[in-house]
Amino acid sequence: MKLYDQPAHVLHDMLVNKEITATELTQAVLARMDAVEDEVGAYLTQTRDTALQQAAQTDAKIARGEAIAFLEGIPGALKDNICTKGVKTTCASKILEHFVPPYNAAVVEKLQAANPVLLGKTNMDEFAMGGSTENSAYHPTHNPWNTECVPGGSSGGSAAAVAAGMAIWALGSDTGGSIRQPASFCGVVGMKPTYGRVSRYGLVAYASSLDQIGPLTRDVTDCAHLLNVIAGHDAMDSTSSAAAVPDYTKALVQDVKGLKIGLPKEYFVKGMDADVEKAIRTAIEQFRVLGAEIIDISLPHTEYAISTYYLIAPAEAATNLERYDGVSYGERIDGVDIMEMMTNTRTQKFGAEVKRRIMIGNYALSAGYYDAYYLKALKVRTLIQQDYAKAFETVDVIVAPTAPTPAFKIGSMISDPLQMYLQDVCTVPLNLAGLPGISVPCGYSNQHMPIGLQIIGKPLAEETLLRTAYTYEQSQSFHKEMAVLGGKQA
Amino acid sequence: MNYEAVIGLEIHSELKTNTKIFCGCATSFGAEQNTHVCPVCLGLPGVLPVVNKRVVEFAIKAGLATNCTINNYSKFDRKNYYYPDLPKNFQTSQYDLPIAEHGYVDIEVDGKTKRIRLTRIHMEEDAGKLVHSGTTIKDSATSNVDYNRTGVPLLEIVSEPDMSSAAEARTYMEKVKSILEYIDVSNCRMEQGNLRADLNVSLRPVGTTELGTRTEMKNINSFKALEDAISYEIERQTEVLEDGGHIVQETRTWDPARGITLSMRSKEEAHDYRYMPEPDLPPIVTTPEQIERYRQELPELPDARQARLTGQYGLSAYDAAVITASRQLAEYFDAVIVDGADPKLAANWIMGDLAKNLNAEGKTIEDSPVEAKRLGAMILLISKGTISSKIAKKVFEEMWKSPDDPEKIVKDKGLVQITDTKAIEAIVDAVIAANPKPVADYQGGNKKAIGALVGQVMKQSKGKANPAMVNQLLAARLEQ
Repeated sequence: MKLYDQPAHVLHDMLVNKEITATELTQAVLARMDAVEDEVGAYLTQTRDTALQQAAQTDAKIARGEAIAFLEGIPGALKDNICTKGVKTTCASKILEHFVPPYNAAVVEKLQAANPVLLGKTNMDEFAMGGSTENSAYHPTHNPWNTECVPGGSSGGSAAAVAAGMAIWALGSDTGGSIRQPASFCGVVGMKPTYGRVSRYGLVAYASSLDQIGPLTRDVTDCAHLLNVIAGHDAMDSTSSAAAVPDYTKALVQDVKGLKIGLPKEYFVKGMDADVEKAIRTAIEQFRVLGAEIIDISLPHTEYAISTYYLIAPAEAATNLERYDGVSYGERIDGVDIMEMMTNTRTQKFGAEVKRRIMIGNYALSAGYYDAYYLKALKVRTLIQQDYAKAFETVDVIVAPTAPTPAFKIGSMISDPLQMYLQDVCTVPLNLAGLPGISVPCGYSNQHMPIGLQIIGKPLAEETLLRTAYTYEQSQSFHKEMAVLGGKQA
Repeated sequence: MNYEAVIGLEIHSELKTNTKIFCGCATSFGAEQNTHVCPVCLGLPGVLPVVNKRVVEFAIKAGLATNCTINNYSKFDRKNYYYPDLPKNFQTSQYDLPIAEHGYVDIEVDGKTKRIRLTRIHMEEDAGKLVHSGTTIKDSATSNVDYNRTGVPLLEIVSEPDMSSAAEARTYMEKVKSILEYIDVSNCRMEQGNLRADLNVSLRPVGTTELGTRTEMKNINSFKALEDAISYEIERQTEVLEDGGHIVQETRTWDPARGITLSMRSKEEAHDYRYMPEPDLPPIVTTPEQIERYRQELPELPDARQARLTGQYGLSAYDAAVITASRQLAEYFDAVIVDGADPKLAANWIMGDLAKNLNAEGKTIEDSPVEAKRLGAMILLISKGTISSKIAKKVFEEMWKSPDDPEKIVKDKGLVQITDTKAIEAIVDAVIAANPKPVADYQGGNKKAIGALVGQVMKQSKGKANPAMVNQLLAARLEQ
C-alpha cells in the first residue's frame, strides 16, 4: 500500500492506531515529490524541513498518548496566494517574486491550530487569473493523468499535487471556478464554499466579491473534515458569515432519497464535450437510481454569466492590484521619477493575462463607460442570483458539469483568451451568486481523463452538498483511482 | 464690470478616534515614523479593512450637528489614483451614498446671518506622508514614506458654493470647526493637519446666477491662508476677466511664502478616479433608533448656546458669538457664572483681561492659570461691592500669578473697597481743600472738572474708595 495514495481519514486512523508514524507518512509524500514533481511541477515553494519537524511533533504527541486532531501529521499544501508568515507567497507572479508575508492568512492560523504537516506552496495562474495554470510566471503545471495536458486552474498546482500523491490535501481559491475546474480535470474533490463561509483575510485578492478559499481532497470525507477546520466567521473579514459552523462530517450519510435535484438546461451548452455530457447524464441516472427526484429547471440568465464575470472580476482586480507599485514591497524596476518607476515595475513584472484583465477592468470603470459596463454587469449579477433563488424554491440542489471539456493540451488555448474564458461557463455563475459548489469525479473521457460532476447548493447549504456528493461517491469507485505517472518510481 | 465671488469649501477633518478607520493602529500624532502601522494600513497583499464603528458614530453626529439627513443605507467606495503615500493606490472613501447629505450651517458676517448649505459629509481614510530629502518630490534625490497617518479617519465636509467673500469662507470654516469641537469628534488642530480645506473660487458678474469657471486650491491649513488664497484668487481672476481673458479650470496651489496661487494641473490632466463600490466592506446600515440615540448624545451646539447667552443672560450677539466660538471657552463661561457671578461682567472679563493675558502668553483657555471658579468668585466680590472694578484688575493679576482665592488676595493685600461714607468724606474734604482751581472751575460751570477731583480721591484712597460713592459725595460737597 502506498501511503501517499490514501485519503486523510484513512491515514488519520493509521496514525491513531500507530500503524504508521507521521514522519513515515511525510517521508513517503516527500519521496513521491522527488519522484514525480519534475514531471508535474505542482509546487512553487517546498518547506521540507519544517514539514519533517511538524511530523516529528505529531509523533511525539502520539507517543505521549495524546489525542490528535484530524489533520494532525497529515501532509498538505497551500495555494501560493494564501499568505504564510515567513514563507514566500508569490501568487505565481514576478512582482511578488521575493515577497515574504509578515502575517498568516486566517485559514493558515486555523490550520496551524490543527497541526498539519505543510509541504509548501502550490503553483497557480498568476494572481489566480486563468483556468490552466499556464499563466504562472514560473512554470506550467502538468496534469498527473496526462502530463501533456493542463491541470486546470487557477488552483492547478493544488489539484495536481493532490492527484499525484504529492499532497494528501490542499487548499485552493475559487473566483470563477478555480477550485472546481482543476478538481474536475485532475480527478479529485474540490469545493467552493458559500461566499463568506471561509475568511478571505490573507488570501491575496483577485476579485474580492467572488474569491473564496476551499478544499481540494481525495474524497468527500476529507473535504468535510477540511471544511470543518477552515470555515467560520472572522472579525478581520467583514464579508465573512456569522452563521454557526456545523460539524460537516455529520453530513456524510448515504441518503438522497426524495432529494430534489435540478437539472439546468442552460448548463448543457453547445460545444460541450460528448464524453462530458455522457458522464454527467450517467451520474444523473445514478442519482435517480439512488432515489433522488430529477427536475428540469431553467436558469435563463446563464448565457450572460461569462460576460458579467469578465467585467466584475477584472474591475475588482484592477483596483486590488494597484498596490503592486514597487514602493514599499515586492519587486521594483527603477525609473527617472516615481511614476516611471511604478510604470516600469508594473509593465515588466506583471504577466500578459494580468495586464489584460487590469486593462479590461479599468476600461469598465472609467468615466463614461461605468454605467454601460460595470454597473450593467452588477445588475445582471442580481438577475443571475435571482435565477438561482427562484430555482431553489423547487429544488434542493442543482447538478451540472463542472467544465464543458476534460483537461485540454498545454498550449492549445493559451493564445485564445476568449476560448479560455468560455471554459468557465459552468462555474462562474456560482461565484456571481455567492453559492457553494462541489466537484466530484464522475467518470473519464475516452482518453481516460477525469470528468467532474458539479453539485450546486443554496447559500450555506454545504451539508446538503456534502451529503449529495458523498452518496454519489460511495456508489462509485472513481475516487479510488489515482493518476498513474510514468516517471521515476517512488 | 463688477464681479462677485462664488466660493465653496471641502473641509477635511481628522477624527479623534483612538484607532484608525480600518485597523487597530493608534492615530496619535508625532510618533516615530512608521511605528503606527500594521499589514492592513500598509495595504499588504491579502489584507481586508474592518470599519471602526466610532468613525460611523462620529460621522453621523457631525451630520446631525450640521442639520444633515443621515442616509440609513450608505457605502464605501474605492477612489483610485496612484501616489506613493497611498499604499493601496486607492483611497477607501464614499462616493454616491455618503453617510450624510443636505445640511446647512448659519454664519454671521457684518451683522448679517447667512445660510451655507452642506452638500454632503462622507468618511474616508487619510493618506501617509512623504518625507523628502529636498523640499518637494520633484527636487528630491530620495523620498521616504511615513505611513503613520495612513488610515487615520477623515470626514470630508462639502459645502455648496454659497460663500461670496474671504470673510464668509473664514467664518464658515470657523463655524464648522467649532461644531466639530462641540460634538467632540475632532481635535481640529490646524497646525497638526487635523483640519484642512480644499476651496474652489469662481467669479460672475454681479446680479447673474450662472456659475463661472472655477479654480481649486488644495490643502489650505490655516484661516489666514484660506483668506489670503481667496483674496488673491479673486484679484487674479478679476484681472484675467477684465483683460478679456478666460479662467482656466484647474487645480492651483497656494504658496504662503510668496502669497500667490500657482497652476498645478489643468482639467485635462485631472484624474479619472474610476470609483467603484468597496467590495470588502458591507454597506453601512443605520437604524432610526441608532440615529436618535446619537442625536440625544449631542451636546448643546454653538447656535443654541449663543441663543441662550443672548436670551437668558442678555449678552450682546457679538459677545455671545465670541464666547461660544469654542466649546472650551463656552464651558469656561458657564463655569464662571455657575456660582452666581453676573454674566455680562463674566463676558467682559473673559473677553478682556483674560483673553489679553492668554494671548500674551500663548495659552489656550484650557490652560488658563485663572480657573473659572476663581474668576467667578472675583466677579461676585465686585458685585457685592467688596472690591471695585479697578481693584479687581489688581486681584486678577495676583490670581494669574498665584493659586490663591480672590478673597484671600483681597484680605492679604488690604484691597477691600472703602464704602464707609465718613471715611470717604474725610478724603473728599481734604482733596477739595488742596485743589482750589478745579473746585473753582466746577463751581464756575465746568462740570467736567470733577474728574480731576475724583482721580485725586481715588489716588489718596489707593484706589479702594467706592468710585460711585466718591462721585456722589464729591458732587454733593461741591454743590453745597
